[in-house]
Amino acid sequence: MAEEQAVGCARPTGGLVGQPNQTPEEQPPHPPKEEKKMIQVGKPAPDFVSPAYHKGKFTSVKLSDYLGKWVVLCFYPGDFTFV
Amino acid sequence: MGVEVLSVSVDSMYVHKMWNDHELSHMVEGGIPFAMLSDGGGKLGAAYGVYDEDAGVENRGRFIIDPDGAIQGYEVLTPPVGRNVGETLRQIQAFQLVRESKGGEATPSGWKPGKMTLKPGPDLVGKVWEVWQPHLARD
Repeated sequence: MAEEQAVGCARPTGGLVGQPNQTPEEQPPHPPKEEKKMIQVGKPAPDFVSPAYHKGKFTSVKLSDYLGKWVVLCFYPGDFTFV
Repeated sequence: MGVEVLSVSVDSMYVHKMWNDHELSHMVEGGIPFAMLSDGGGKLGAAYGVYDEDAGVENRGRFIIDPDGAIQGYEVLTPPVGRNVGETLRQIQAFQLVRESKGGEATPSGWKPGKMTLKPGPDLVGKVWEVWQPHLARD
């Protein structure tokens, strides 16, 4: 029976169907993560290429194509969410 | 103001189209005028420090990027609280003014178009109180 819970993406439990879930301790340790670069004001923004929907067309957007213009880059949790 | 807006979520381009066609076009005449980017997997969001790996979605990050590609300001909110567009516009106007003055002017707390700016320099050191008072920070 599925219980109601906060919406998120599908993700594996780490175990197999019908077998008890593996706890993270039983899994091989993850390799150390690459240290994340912090965003700093006054410093260049990370460049990217991304698929996009723009006025009826599927297109590709590259941030560095916008050099020479002011850009507001807005992230949000998801389409059809409420706020 | 000459500002390009780009929005980003982990949804696919197809869902962006559906959201635009079936909901947003009822709020914005003609539909969303800017590009809606698709960041499945959250790599782009991770590069900006706004991707929540546990939830698998982006937080509400907003970055103001100047014509040289430098980030001038940002704000990040957790999902349930929406942003204040007016404050974003005010900040862009302030950054544009500073840039046009080539750093000759600065905008004090609470500045908005029409309010006085300050001209930093040796003559202003210790004398801000003579030209600017805290009540000017409020509307």
